[in-house]
Amino acid sequence: MAASNNSIKKILIVAFALCIVCSVIVSTAAVALRPLQQANQEADRKSNILRVANLYQPGVPIDEQFESVTARVVDLRTGEYTDEFDPETFDGFEAARDPATGRTLSGDRDIAGLSRQEMYSTVYLVGDPEDPEQIILPIRGQGLWGRMRGFFAVEGDGNTIVGITYYEHSETPGLGGEVENPRWQALWEGKQIYADSDSIDPAIRLVKGGASGETEVDALSGATLTSNGVTNMLQFWLSAEGFAEYLARFRDGVNPDDAAEADPDFETAEGA
Amino acid sequence: MSAVTPKGVLVNPIFKNNPIALQILGICSALAVTTSMSVSLVMALAVIAVTAFSNLFVSTIRHHIPSSIRIIVQMTIIASLVIVVDQVLKAYAYDMSKQLSVFVGLIITNCIVMGRAEAFAMQNGPGLSFLDGIGNGMGYGVILLIVSFFRELLGAGSVFGFTILHTVNDGGWYVPNGLLLLPPSAFFIIGLFIWLLRSLNPEQIETNEFVIRKNSMPKEAV
Repeated sequence: MAASNNSIKKILIVAFALCIVCSVIVSTAAVALRPLQQANQEADRKSNILRVANLYQPGVPIDEQFESVTARVVDLRTGEYTDEFDPETFDGFEAARDPATGRTLSGDRDIAGLSRQEMYSTVYLVGDPEDPEQIILPIRGQGLWGRMRGFFAVEGDGNTIVGITYYEHSETPGLGGEVENPRWQALWEGKQIYADSDSIDPAIRLVKGGASGETEVDALSGATLTSNGVTNMLQFWLSAEGFAEYLARFRDGVNPDDAAEADPDFETAEGA
Repeated sequence: MSAVTPKGVLVNPIFKNNPIALQILGICSALAVTTSMSVSLVMALAVIAVTAFSNLFVSTIRHHIPSSIRIIVQMTIIASLVIVVDQVLKAYAYDMSKQLSVFVGLIITNCIVMGRAEAFAMQNGPGLSFLDGIGNGMGYGVILLIVSFFRELLGAGSVFGFTILHTVNDGGWYVPNGLLLLPPSAFFIIGLFIWLLRSLNPEQIETNEFVIRKNSMPKEAV
């Protein structure tokens, strides 16, 4: 028996049969479970969006809670909405890698450590899409150990912060990992992004030891590099490289939908 | 290991012949996933399932596995099972699978699974091998739960996510020990546990392979 087991014919038969059986099992599992997995991912993303907007209620179906939220894709260069992409399927991370929709950042401009950035981004509007109560922006950037991804919620005035949340990070538990701590996240509420109404340079940052003023939030103790990462990614995404043009329209009271006719006014407002 | 009985193969690996504490296998994942008890429990269940079924399948086809490709055959079976477990976790326990991230996939490289397939399932019948897989998976799981109990309690002040010690961050009095949330702390706890087990079962202490010769002539260096 042992001798025939080691004949080349037997080896090939066993190897081939095993591969067929195993691949059928693996692909059956993958295909059969995919709808459930996609539903999970979708629910996870939506619950993060609701959490940052302080709207999340445990126990209520996510889709029901998500009804008050509208997704739109924004062109970051102009700050206007675009209908080129479907907000349901648009993936900013994929778009960053595509030469048609992304661009390479280098040197001083790349403070968030992204290396590539998309030129379009999905934003979520809470309440009436024409005059939203809250605007939720996706943010990401380098922390201490790796890429941190999260959401940042701003009130309808385009300047007052509602909250920040991270759904993916690899910071040290207990130190940088405290970005998940609700007590730290609560510090952000009511802070201002920009110091004065004309500026499009974000002033919001984390400071060590006693934050004072409207644009300062306490840094995470024992996690200087994570705190720097958070500051840098906000400085990046809220600057002209990111959402500044878009938010400026809310600060001026110009809805991005009317952008076409409002554009000249916007330019002069910028120049003033 | 002398008598192979169904009860023996199921119970012995838990304390007497523990894969982590005695055989020192599967340490890496024990360091990585033991920061919270619920994560450890899911990881333990995943390893139990993979070890049990890989033993079962390897044992079922053991008379047909050519010895020259037996390791690859075992790896293929183990890898397929791990992918299935990973997919099931992603579908039914999404939060857990996010926390376990890459470590479910790394069960493939867990020496316990491969070790049992090669050492036990290749020589014994499917029923016994299945029980042996469950037993060894439980031995791994017991250590995981013990380590994560101490790490979660002292590092985060909770057990299975329920707060036991109110931490300062949440307005309580307990200052959590940050070291216990980092992987090296698991080394200390596993080490202490091995010490305890070997004190209770002196037969687990290995004889020294060589004796360190006494330094016969202490001399000043200069």
